[in-house]
Amino acid sequence: MRRFVSEGAKSLSLVSRPFLHRFEELLHLRFLSSTSVLDCPLSSSPSSSPMDPTPLTVDTINPKVLKCEYAVRGEVVTIAQRLQQELKDKPGSHPFDEILYCNIGNPQSLGQQPITFFREVLALCDHPSLLDKSETSGLFSADSIDRAWQILDQIPGRATGAYSHSQGVKGLRDAIASGIEARDGYPADPDDIFLTDGASPAVHMMMQLLTRSESDGILCPIPQYPLYSASIALHGGTLVPYYLDEANGWGLEVSELKKQLDAAKSKGVSVRALVVINPGNPTGQVLSEENQRQIVEFCKKEGLVLLADEVYQENIYAPEKQFHSFKKVARSMGYGEEDISLVSFQSVSKGYYGECGKRGGYMEVTGFAANIREQIYKVASVNLCSNISGQILASLVMNPPKANESYESYYAERDGILSSLARRAKILEDAFNSLEGVSCNKAEGAMYLFPRIRLPEKAIKAAEAANTVPDAFYCKHLLNATGVVVVPGSGFGQVPGTWHFRCTILPQEDKIPAVASRLTEFHKGFMDEFRD
Amino acid sequence: MSSKALDYESLNENVKKVQYAVRGELYLRASELEKEGKKIIFTNVGNPHALGQKPLTFPRQVVALCQAPFLLDDSNVSLLFPADAIARAKHYLSYTSGGLGAYSDSRGLLEIRKEVADFIGRRDGYPSDPELIYLTDGASKGVMQLLNAIIRGQGDGILVPVPQYPLYSAAIALFGGSFVPYYLEETANWGLSAADLGQSVAQARAKGITVRAMVIINPGNPTGQCLSEANLRDILQFCYQENLVLLGDEVYQQNIYQDERPFISAKKVLMDMGGPISRELQLVSFHTVSKGYWGECGQRGGYFEMTNIPSRSVEEIYKVASISLSPNVPAQIFMGLMVNPPKPGDISYDQFVRESKGILESLRRRARIMTDGFNSCMNVVCNFTEGAMYSFPQIRLPPRAIEDAKKAGKAADVFYCLKLLEATGISTVPGSGFGQKEGVFHLRTTILPAEEDMLEIMESFKKFNNEFMEQYEDHPGYPRM
Repeated sequence: MRRFVSEGAKSLSLVSRPFLHRFEELLHLRFLSSTSVLDCPLSSSPSSSPMDPTPLTVDTINPKVLKCEYAVRGEVVTIAQRLQQELKDKPGSHPFDEILYCNIGNPQSLGQQPITFFREVLALCDHPSLLDKSETSGLFSADSIDRAWQILDQIPGRATGAYSHSQGVKGLRDAIASGIEARDGYPADPDDIFLTDGASPAVHMMMQLLTRSESDGILCPIPQYPLYSASIALHGGTLVPYYLDEANGWGLEVSELKKQLDAAKSKGVSVRALVVINPGNPTGQVLSEENQRQIVEFCKKEGLVLLADEVYQENIYAPEKQFHSFKKVARSMGYGEEDISLVSFQSVSKGYYGECGKRGGYMEVTGFAANIREQIYKVASVNLCSNISGQILASLVMNPPKANESYESYYAERDGILSSLARRAKILEDAFNSLEGVSCNKAEGAMYLFPRIRLPEKAIKAAEAANTVPDAFYCKHLLNATGVVVVPGSGFGQVPGTWHFRCTILPQEDKIPAVASRLTEFHKGFMDEFRD
Repeated sequence: MSSKALDYESLNENVKKVQYAVRGELYLRASELEKEGKKIIFTNVGNPHALGQKPLTFPRQVVALCQAPFLLDDSNVSLLFPADAIARAKHYLSYTSGGLGAYSDSRGLLEIRKEVADFIGRRDGYPSDPELIYLTDGASKGVMQLLNAIIRGQGDGILVPVPQYPLYSAAIALFGGSFVPYYLEETANWGLSAADLGQSVAQARAKGITVRAMVIINPGNPTGQCLSEANLRDILQFCYQENLVLLGDEVYQQNIYQDERPFISAKKVLMDMGGPISRELQLVSFHTVSKGYWGECGQRGGYFEMTNIPSRSVEEIYKVASISLSPNVPAQIFMGLMVNPPKPGDISYDQFVRESKGILESLRRRARIMTDGFNSCMNVVCNFTEGAMYSFPQIRLPPRAIEDAKKAGKAADVFYCLKLLEATGISTVPGSGFGQKEGVFHLRTTILPAEEDMLEIMESFKKFNNEFMEQYEDHPGYPRM
């Protein structure tokens, strides 16, 4: 199961060896039980024996599908859903009253309220005939009505139910480009923008363009948000890991990038792109501008496409840190379209708006030749367009209210959410740091904490005996004792022999003390049981 | 400085192979002309609202309320919204954990999947399992997910009707599979035969291709034909004996314009057949909120239902769905409303029925107007649009026109369609975008322009076509086909 190119004195892999070994055993068993003539399912061109029985079974399913994984909604979550059902059917059957889903950056599912102005505008755009009724001004703010008119005027026939241009409604892209320009101080072209159903489809599109075969590699941070590893696996490429430095606030060293790049090249991998997640997920670090300049320089020099996941750009909690888009940094260095190929991803799911269920987002694509742009457009056109409501929301996010009637209430809502997130990040960070053998880097941004747990040998052995990766073992115990759902670090990647889990900072502020105390109590019990 | 990281040479070959004519050359040219100020009638894509069809009122009311739940707390809300829309909105919101803004289950909200299952049960007379129904951001995403799961490499072939909706050829190219065509017979009302199918499969296998699945589009796109029950039985039997997964694209099931062949789902026929086939034949059926009389293309709402897919495969399909986290929630609500519309006695029922019937009856009339209009041209033969949203007339092009097209570096039907566009503003899609027999030319247009504009549009087409034929035909008063 070759997922990674890089190998050294420590073999670097996403999952620990016992788990990997077991997986390989399972594959072997599948071979033996299959009656059809199959090549190794990991090869990309199976034997084409015309009389293969070929219904859709796990033996004949696309092996890339088998290979990819996505822990955010993986095993631990499945157990949690079962426990939740058990609680419903038999209240009191567990030592907790409710399941708390801290596995996923899904703010509104944990009580965060949407921004009123955005929802007013969206409701009016969903049902434009409201704008023809006089009673509407009694229920909606005047400037949400204004904004809805503005938006609907950009959509031919006010038809929000029609497929739009495959890159998204032109007028909405104009608004987004203005917003990018206002944010960065450098011009943005609406034709560089591709609106998508969330940022994830845009990431998939780029991986598809960049991946010709297993010899094509994409540099990804470890730990990473597992969309990247999953997408690379689905498209048949190779993930080339670069390690963030936990001891130094999850810092990104260009020397590490270079080292991994060279190692990959020496193995015959053609490294195509560099993924940077800023602010980081799961790690939460916000890059310094100097760091970003080094990264831009590196990509330019090595001829790599820079894939900048910037979906958490509005989630910054460290007062000394600020978000700078990679485009701004590149332009400030005097680098333009000819110098660097850069894709920036943004989403409506995060920030202070947290509109995950809307599936809104975009990628801004710069520094590519016209014939590549045509290909990107072509692929986008096969799906016709992204959902219009999500497109409208993206334009609102990038062009929020300024000085007008709704501004104060908008600002109060926004500030309330962001300052609360900062407080929750701190409380949970302190709580984790107070646990025996646990160290937790600060969440400078994003929505997560990624504490490192030092598991006693006894616990590791118990995990092996239970055929579970040690951090998953810990997380399952945590879930069964407290109802809190977190994701094992092995789902994101980590230096082998280290263990982590990712926990969101999203439960409402009034629940946070209970979460902290439940976790503390559980951890003490766990250590008491497994301490060496 | 290194050369560009991603240049045309180093692009994924599969991407280069993708063609999607629906938004290809003709559409791009039409968009250019529109920017220059020319009036364009976009009949290149099944996009009803873009051509003036109004959204149904009730679903828009419900979704607007779900979008802004604070409205529900306002005592004046009943001035703007009927009580049943308010009740429905509250109902849907109660299914979510956090309203429209939270990721739902990766398969879609369970309660809505139950509504879909109930709909399927009522329609077919057989129960449907909500756990095997996945809501997706449009049916296209569902099709892509399934094809991606099936195609391992170039050695895997997918049987696709020709002419076809080019999502299928595009997806197969993208995933590196092989397109295995089976030809629909134009003179037999775009029918298909088991013999033909058998031949297509045999030819593919002779080339070393493993045929994995068969696509049917019922009602057809671009062809509009509705499959009979006998047709479906033959197809199911064929897939069973050849061990193929059947992919049933049924997105136009509510667009039926004749009474001889009402819509029957592949699942119903399968279940009716009973016996081992009904328990073993693997079927995936697709539906959407984009078509029918809803036409809510911009919402991106769809679902697929899996029948007889092994649970391990379902787990893998679930896993891939989970990477995208969840389908968009507003569209899920549209889907729920579509499969569970207002009932007799509901406040909004009369309006709902009036609006729906109005659209369907008008589509039926427009299908007739367009077919007759095309058939009145000497060099055009057009099968009746039995269903779906398109007309796919065959146009005989004189040899000199084909010559000129070649000189211009274009396929003959592309040449014709470009000239049609420039002369009349009617933006169609050339038949080569869907596939057709060698030397036979078609164009696809939709029946969606407003009814009051239809006659004028057909006159406009006829005028252009006459002039084109006058220009290129060697003998004036050209003979009927």
